[in-house]
Amino acid sequence: MAVLIYAESENNLLKKSAFELASYGRAIADKKECDLIAVVFNLSDPSPLSEYGVNEVISYEDPTLSAFKAHEYGVHLASTAKEMNVDLVVLSSSADAKYLAPILSVALMAGYASNVVALPESYAPLTVKRTCYSNKAFNTTILKNEINIIGLSNNAFGAHKKSTPLSVKSGEISPSSGSLQIEKVEKVTGKVTIADADIVISGGRGLKGPENWHLIEDLADVLGAATACSKPVSDMGWRPHSEHVGQTGKPVATNLYIAVGVSGAIQHLAGINASKVKVVINNDPEAPFFKAADYGVVGDAFEVVPALIEKLKKFQNS
Amino acid sequence: MKILVCISNVPDTTSKINFIEGDTQFDRNGIQFIINPNDEFGLTRAIWFQQKQGAEVSVVSVGNASCEPTLRKCLAIGADRAFRVDLEPTDGFQVAQQLQAHCQNENYDLIIAGRESIDYNGSMVPGMLSALLGSSFVTNCVALEITENKAQASREIDGGIETVSCDLPLVIGAQKGLVEEKDLIIPNMRGIMQARQKPLEVIPPTTTETRSEVIHYEKPAPRGEVKLVDANNLDQLIDLLQNEAKVI
Repeated sequence: MAVLIYAESENNLLKKSAFELASYGRAIADKKECDLIAVVFNLSDPSPLSEYGVNEVISYEDPTLSAFKAHEYGVHLASTAKEMNVDLVVLSSSADAKYLAPILSVALMAGYASNVVALPESYAPLTVKRTCYSNKAFNTTILKNEINIIGLSNNAFGAHKKSTPLSVKSGEISPSSGSLQIEKVEKVTGKVTIADADIVISGGRGLKGPENWHLIEDLADVLGAATACSKPVSDMGWRPHSEHVGQTGKPVATNLYIAVGVSGAIQHLAGINASKVKVVINNDPEAPFFKAADYGVVGDAFEVVPALIEKLKKFQNS
Repeated sequence: MKILVCISNVPDTTSKINFIEGDTQFDRNGIQFIINPNDEFGLTRAIWFQQKQGAEVSVVSVGNASCEPTLRKCLAIGADRAFRVDLEPTDGFQVAQQLQAHCQNENYDLIIAGRESIDYNGSMVPGMLSALLGSSFVTNCVALEITENKAQASREIDGGIETVSCDLPLVIGAQKGLVEEKDLIIPNMRGIMQARQKPLEVIPPTTTETRSEVIHYEKPAPRGEVKLVDANNLDQLIDLLQNEAKVI
C-alpha cells in the first residue's frame, strides 16, 4: 500500500498545487499508515515537498520529458505506481492533470473520480465526495478498484506544513512513443493564471466595453489576482474566451472571487460556486448575484472600483 | 474522412437541480434535455469538416430511448448517421468501453467528445476512449485542422495555448473555442424533416465493467444572507475581507 502524487512543476519550480496534493496525500497516508510518494519530472530540487509530508520522491529526468506530454508522463506514473505497490493516486485539477488522469486510469485499470472536494469519507470501500451538475450539487462516489485515482479540486484542502524525512530516487526512463509532437506554446507571462490564483477578479457587461477593462486589471494588480469575465463579455469579443468563467467556460475555485458588473446568471454562478468567499459589485440591487454572494456593494462600478483600489493601496501600505 | 461525435444528453444549462428516491436519483421531472454544450462545439466543427473538406459525420450516445430526441437534433444539425448504444450507463469507464466496441467496428479517423459533460463532470470519457483505442488524444481542444492523415490541434493550458501535431486516428476533447458560440447551428425546418429520414441505429451493449458508483447526491447548503456594504464605506468591506472572511 502507498499513496502517490504527481507533483507538478514549471520552470524548475514546484507549483502551488503540488503542496496541496502533498498535504492531502499525507493525511491519507497517515490514516492508512503507508508511504507518500511523489513523482516529479525534470525538477532539480524536490526537497520542498518534504516540508509537506512527502517521504519519497521518484525523480524522472530526461530531455524528452521537458514539456508535459500526457501519454509519456502517464507511462512513467503508471510504472512507478506498479513498482511501488501504490493503491491510491492523487492528481490536481490543472489542465495537465485532467488530461492525464483518464489515460492513467486505463493504464492502471484504476477507478477515477475527478473534482473531489474533501478527504475520503471511508477507505473500504473508498468513498469520496465530488462536485457534479456543474457545481450545483455534490455526489458521493464509491471507487471499486484495487487501484484508484482521486482528482482533487483546486483549493479544496489547502497546503499544510508537516516535515518528513525525504529520500529521492531516480526513475528509469521509458522510451517515448506515439506521434504527438508539441509545435508551439503561447503563454501569457507575468500574469497570474485563473488556475493558480488565490483571488480572481471578474468583469461582466456592466463594464460597458473592453476599453474599461483597466478597472478589472488594476484591481487584480493590487490584490495579485487573476482576471476573468462572464460569458457575454467573451461572446462579444471584449475578452478572450480563455478568460470566460462559468458552466461552459473555466471553473473557478478560489479563496476570493470578486464580480464586477456581472449579473449572476445561473450558468455563471455554477462555474464559480466552488469559490470560498464571493463579493459582488453591481449597480442593480436586484441582480441575482446578490443572492449567491457573501458580501455585496450596490453601486456604480466606475466609482466603486477606483475607490476600492485606493483604499486597498492604503490598507496594504499601513 | 470518417468522424464520430460522442453525444451526452444533459439537463439544460438553466435547470434547477433536484434529487429523488432518498437523494439517490436525479429528478428528471420538468427538465429539458439538450446536447452537452462541449459536445455541440465538437459537432459543429465536425459539420464544418463535412461541408468544407468532405467527411461523413456520425453521432453516438450511450443511453436509453430518452436520448433519441437529442440524437435527432444532431441529425437535424447535419450529422449523417446516428447510433444509440442501448444501455443506461453508471460510470464514464463503462461509456468509454461501449464507445470503444463501436469504434472498433467502424474505423473512424477522428473521434470528438466534449471535454466533460455538464451533469456528471467526470472529464473522463474522451481520454479513456483514446487509451482503450491506442489513439492520439488532445483535450480542452480550441482549434483543430486536418490535412491528409495529419492533425494539428491546440489545447487550452493553464495560462495559454499549446499547439501539437499528430497522426490520425485522433480523439479530441472539445470545448468552447473549437468553434465560437455564434457558429453553432440552429436546425432549420428542412434539416428537421431530413433528420426523420436519416438512420438512427440502436446497438446492443457489449459486456462491460463499472469502476465507480454514485450512491448519494446532495445540494450545497443554503447560503446566509449577503452582507451589504455601503458604496461610501468601502473600508468596512476591506475590514470584513481581512478580519471576518480572512482572505486578504
